[in-house]
Amino acid sequence: MIGTDLMLYEEDARRLAAVLQRLCEDSKSRAVFLIDKAGQLIASAGETASIDTTSLASLTAGNIAATGGLAQLLGEKEFSVLFHEGEKDHLHISVVGQRGILVVLFDRRSSLGLVRLRVKRAAEDIGRLFTEMAERTEQEAGQGRAAFQAQFAQITDEDIDNLFKG
Amino acid sequence: MSFINYAAREINCKLVYYGPGLCGKTTNLQFIYSRVEPSTKGKLISLATETERTLFFDFLPLELGTIRGFKTRFHLYTVPGQVFYDASRKLILRGADGVIFVADSQVERMESNIESLENLEANLAEQNLSLETLPFVLQYNKRDLPNVVPIEELQVALNPRKAPWFEACARTGIGVFETLKGAAKLVLNELKKKT
Repeated sequence: MIGTDLMLYEEDARRLAAVLQRLCEDSKSRAVFLIDKAGQLIASAGETASIDTTSLASLTAGNIAATGGLAQLLGEKEFSVLFHEGEKDHLHISVVGQRGILVVLFDRRSSLGLVRLRVKRAAEDIGRLFTEMAERTEQEAGQGRAAFQAQFAQITDEDIDNLFKG
Repeated sequence: MSFINYAAREINCKLVYYGPGLCGKTTNLQFIYSRVEPSTKGKLISLATETERTLFFDFLPLELGTIRGFKTRFHLYTVPGQVFYDASRKLILRGADGVIFVADSQVERMESNIESLENLEANLAEQNLSLETLPFVLQYNKRDLPNVVPIEELQVALNPRKAPWFEACARTGIGVFETLKGAAKLVLNELKKKT
């Protein structure tokens, strides 16, 4: 199942972060997050320090999953965009590259129209990066796996027991 | 579906607590939340009804520590146990790296336990998964109550696969961490095997 597991290497992380940073600036947003559909935060940009990003990632994934369930119920493939309007802050949530969720947090300094426009381009960039990540040559994937294996193969039951001490 | 982040040197895994309504899934998470260091846990999120029945899920992110240079994080989820929330259960099971089945040991809940376990198997099968291959442990909860089914009978009814099992009383915390540890071990070993 490792093929379907998500592995993020430094180079990919940098490129994804750069796309998010540009989206955040171009859309005049407060913060931007990229989350995988299982609820793990992949990358973020902007004013993220005051936000509980782990909870945000999990709730967003739950939200998208529930909306996806609704879509299927109605015979739709998915509802690919969600918009939550608050008094001051708003959320624009969209599915990108099939396995990712892009969340844009913005306030009155921006507008829904601007966010939608900028998200469109960023979504294409992210989709492309995801495809590249997935299509990475067997050799590269093998190298990464080998490095991981080397580190992980040494894990003993004792290491795992130690995680639960203290 | 584990998420291995080389850039941040993190391993993230998802564990799902499954079981019939009122068996103590949320109570497990609440006990863990109450006992771990604030620095190693995130917020406990409960999407529940006004009567504190789980509506969608409970979520607790937990940092277990570092293993061979990788920060190991477990995201603990519960499903809503009530029968009619099946659509939500399917969504939460997606991407699970391991499942903890919490059984209610009381005699009158045996039927619900069996029904819920069958429901788990059916929902996993929809994702081409099975309890034979997925890291899976059982927790026999509420062992402190007077009207409990003997362990041997629970084993016959619920654990023909001989998965690791733990006796517990989630309200007082007995067996809660043992169960979590048992499941985490299986998940990490599975990850090791896969690589």
